[in-house]
This record gives sequence, structure tokens and C-alpha cells, in this order.
Amino acid sequence: MAPRHLMRLDLIFKDEHDVAPLVRQTLARGRDDIVNELIASGLKGRGGAGFPTGLKWKLTADAPGDEKYVICNADEGEPGTFKDREILMRVPEKVLAGMAVCAKVIGARQGFIYLRGEYRFLRAQLQQVIDGFHAVLDEAGLPFRIEIFMGSGAYICGEESALFESMEGQRGEPRNKPPYPTQCGFRNAPTVINNVETLAHTYSIFKYGAEKFRDLGVQDSRGSKVFSVSGDTPVPGIYELEFGMTLQRFVEDFGDGDTKAVQVGGASGFCVPRKRFERTIIGYQGKLTGTSLPTGGSMMLFNSSRSMYNVLHNYLEFFVEESCGQCTPCRVGTQQLLRGIEGVKRGELSSATLDALLDLAETMRLTAKCGLGQSVANSFASIVENFREEMIY
Amino acid sequence: MNGLRELVSALAQKHGTRRESLLPILQGIQAHEHYLSDDAMVEVARALDLSTAQVYGTATFYSFLVTRPQGRHVIRLCRTITCVMHGKNQLLKELETLLKVRVGETTADGLFTLLETNCLGQCHQGPAILIDDEPYTRLTPERIRVIVAEYQQKAALESENSGLINS
Ligand SMILES: Cc1cc2nc3c(=O)[nH]c(=O)nc-3n(C[C@H](O)[C@H](O)[C@H](O)COP(=O)(O)O)c2cc1C
Ligand code: SF4
Ligand code: FES
Repeated sequence: MAPRHLMRLDLIFKDEHDVAPLVRQTLARGRDDIVNELIASGLKGRGGAGFPTGLKWKLTADAPGDEKYVICNADEGEPGTFKDREILMRVPEKVLAGMAVCAKVIGARQGFIYLRGEYRFLRAQLQQVIDGFHAVLDEAGLPFRIEIFMGSGAYICGEESALFESMEGQRGEPRNKPPYPTQCGFRNAPTVINNVETLAHTYSIFKYGAEKFRDLGVQDSRGSKVFSVSGDTPVPGIYELEFGMTLQRFVEDFGDGDTKAVQVGGASGFCVPRKRFERTIIGYQGKLTGTSLPTGGSMMLFNSSRSMYNVLHNYLEFFVEESCGQCTPCRVGTQQLLRGIEGVKRGELSSATLDALLDLAETMRLTAKCGLGQSVANSFASIVENFREEMIY
Repeated sequence: MNGLRELVSALAQKHGTRRESLLPILQGIQAHEHYLSDDAMVEVARALDLSTAQVYGTATFYSFLVTRPQGRHVIRLCRTITCVMHGKNQLLKELETLLKVRVGETTADGLFTLLETNCLGQCHQGPAILIDDEPYTRLTPERIRVIVAEYQQKAALESENSGLINS
């Protein structure tokens, strides 16, 4: 079924497997020319944090160092996200093309795709595509090679600095920031790390021009976005849509008529209750009206038969397990939040405990070392505040 | 132990002996032996000139690397929210009854280890599991019975064949 209101786009998945002509053409352009086009497009990272991609490439190109790296982040572990798998299955050539152009811009000879262990079944097929792509690079005269590095089941390794640690044979524990990867990434060398979808978008931008990409979306959120839609929906799946839609519109197209809440951005994102659908816009923080919510693309719908306590409980179990344990606010905080809501539910702790837990989550946002611990408060606060009775009774 | 030494040196040949080679080497051992024994980790430490504590530290960080023996096939059942909403618990019950094990245990015949895991990136077609590297989606108790039976038949056939070769 096609969405009724929202226009489905077909940029990313458009069947263009022969990327060789565009790769040759783009590699022949000047570095500044390429970077400026990327900056003009307004493309921001699709891995969740939304850093401007053109600027990231420029900073890395300008960073001192002979050794530089391009890494494609295919660790996709955020609950409710499956778009990167789909992109790697259907249009891997575009991702490789984006990596190659980036390599030319920053001066990298080696690139990696960090593929999560859960996607090992994609490996053989992807390797074949890479082998074929290397021939295209040789023809174009770009000395650049791409390797697959397999993850081994750790959500935290999607965090960029944990990912570098993992590739270096260490425990996947995030590093302190700064320095940022653009200065000091894999092997302490300047590194561009981009999400799978981000890289695929760069291909479309080089192919169709920055203007076309900029025309899509709104204000600070340009272009299209691949959404992973799951939960209580008659039409679960992958959808490429324009940025800037209201959640109301989204629910009209994807809900089952009884949608009570939507979790935007996975377990580390926000839960939006029905009364806020109209005011919530999907896009990066910027000059949007109402509340704008950034997202890696995970959209989970819940209907009125679902207990939001169970949803939150499931998320907290996820965080307890996936916390790398390196810093106290996150290691202890996630466990205390989980025990706390269990205690309240069983009636062993008073409902006022929820307020103390909200404070704790806020403290974690301020004191945790990396994005995992910092973002637990997103889902925790948005669920507890909007569905307080469900936490108690 | 001798076989192990050969395996580790073959993997070191392929992936190198730098610290960076550690994860691919551990993954390679696990693919072969189904788990990382103490002997294997000692051998890796020797080959890469690391302390065994360093090897153990890395190995135990990753949920797909295990330091206790596992069955021939590892079933990982997604326990994250949308799979739960789409029948994960019924699936788990079916698997526990079928295999006569609980989560974390290995079947008496050593064929399967049953585990739970976090989101497998198949949420639009849950409930989902991985058996080793292979994803199975849109599962029902009926379908999982058929899938498990297929693995069992294949194993029975293989052991028959290897019996023939040995005799
Ligand atoms: C806990 C955690 C997990 C993350 N997981 C992923 C991931 O699976 N894939 C991804 O692309 N980015 C992930 N990120 C974001 C990366 O750190 C990084 O910002 C991103 O790969 C940059 O690429 P982009 O600019 O193209 O978005 C994660 C961040 C955190 C804090
Ligand atoms: S916030 Fe959590 S995941 Fe991040 S470094 Fe601290 S313990 Fe590790
Ligand atoms: S929730 Fe089970 S695969 Fe994502």
C-alpha cells in the first residue's frame, strides 16, 4: 500500500547499479568543487547525530596527516532501524561510490565498512560488489581500497570512537571527545566516518546536483530520509520520505487507526503521545516550528492495546545490556532506572520515586561519557512524563 | 591443542599479527570451534604477543564471542520491543518446549544453543531469529518447528555420512 498523503521518493533505491560513469566523472572534479557542492546540498548525517556531511569531509581534508581513512558505519543497532541493511542489499554500489569520492577529497587510500555481526549474511554478496568496484577505481586511477570489518554483537560499537577501538582490537569502549574523528579517528588518523545512508545520499547529490537535493525537505533539514517503520502498522517496511512532515501526517498514512504513541529515533529517541502528533515535525533541530525531532529513521508505532510500561521496560533492559560499563552514570544509572520502574510497578516504591528517577536520567544526560548514556533520558522522560499512570497501575 | 595451534597460525597468516588482527582472529576461531577456549585464547596471545588478559578482555566484551562451549548451531531470538509485540514470547515458549532447554542452555545432543539477543534489524518482519548467520523472519510456532526439524535432519544425515567414511 502506498502512503496516502506523503509523497514516496525514489532517490536512494532508484536502480542505478552502474555507478562507474558517475564515479569517473566526479573523481575528475576538483576537491573544493566536490566539497562545496556537498555543503550547498545541506546534507546532514543520517546516523542520528546530524552533523553536516560536507563540513565533516572538509575538516578531515584540511586536517594534517598523510594517513587518512574513510569508514562506512554499518553497525545499525538502534532498535527499530533496518534501513542500512536494505540499502546495502539493494544499492551497495552507491555507498561505495560515496566512499570513493570521499577518499579522493580527503586523500585516503584505505576505507572500511564496519558491518554488524548480525548482518554477516550480507558479507559475501557485498564483497563481490566491492571486488567489482575496485576495478572501476583502478580504471579511474584512484588508489583506494575498501575492506569489510565484521562486528561481533555490540550496539555501542556504532558509536564512532567505540567503533575505532573495536577495529583496533580493543573492547568497544568510547573515547573522550574531543579530539573528534576528523582530527583523530581510526589509528589516531583523521577519519571520515559516515552512516550507510549518508554515503548513498552523496551519490544522489553528485548525480542530480545539490539544488535538487536542497529542494526537498525544510529549512535545516534538507533532502529525503529513509524511514524504518515498524510496530502497530499495517504497512511495516522501508520508506523514503521528505523531511519536515508532521507526525500527524505520518500516523495518518502509517498508523492502524488506533495509534497511541510513536517512538521516533529508536530506544535512544523520543516517545511522542497522540496529543502531540500535530505539533511534532520530523527533522533536525533548527528553526522549525513546534518540536522538531531528529531521527536515524526508526519509527515505531504503538496502538492503545500496548502497555507503555512494557515498552520502557524493554528499552531499559536494552540499555542495561548494551552499556559498555565504562562510566558510572550509565552503568549504574541504567540499572537503577530499570529497578526503579519495576519497584514502582510492583507497589514497593512510591510513585514519587518516578520524579527521583527523572532526575537521575537528567543527571545521566549531563554526566555520561557518550551518547548512549546521555540519550537514555530521551525515552525515559518522554515515556514517564506522558504515560505516568501506566508506570504506576 | 595441536589443531588449535595450526588454526591460530593460519588465521594469523590471513589477518596479520597486529593488535588490530585480534577481532578477526577471534571470530575465525569461533566460527571453527563454536567458542573460544582458554587454550585458544592463550594461543592467540602467544601469536599476537599480547597478554592473555588483553585477549580475554576483548573477547568477553562482544556478545557474539563466547568463552563457554556452545552447540553446533546458535539460535538467537530477538527480544526487542517490536518482535515482542509480534509474538516473540510464544516463539520462545515453542523453542524451549521443542529443544527442552531454557535460554542460555545447549540441547543434550549438542546441536543447538538457545540465546536471546537485541534487535536484529528485521523489525518490519518480526518476530525474527538468527540461526548462526542466517536470519529467519515472520516466524510462527509452526514455522519454527519446521526449521528446527530441517537442521536436525541435516545433522542426522551428516553424522550418518561421516559414520560411513569412518568405517
Ligand atoms: C550509542 C550510539 C550508537 C550509534 N550507532 C550508530 C550506528 O549504528 N550507525 C551509525 O551510522 N551511527 C551510529 N551512531 C552515530 C555515530 O557515532 C556517528 O555519529 C555516525 O556514524 C556519523 O555518521 P553520519 O554523520 O553520516 O551520521 C551511534 C551513536 C551512539 C552514541
Ligand atoms: S555512557 Fe554508557 S556506553 Fe557510553 S561510555 Fe559511559 S558506560 Fe559506556
Ligand atoms: S525488534 Fe526484533 S529485529 Fe528489531
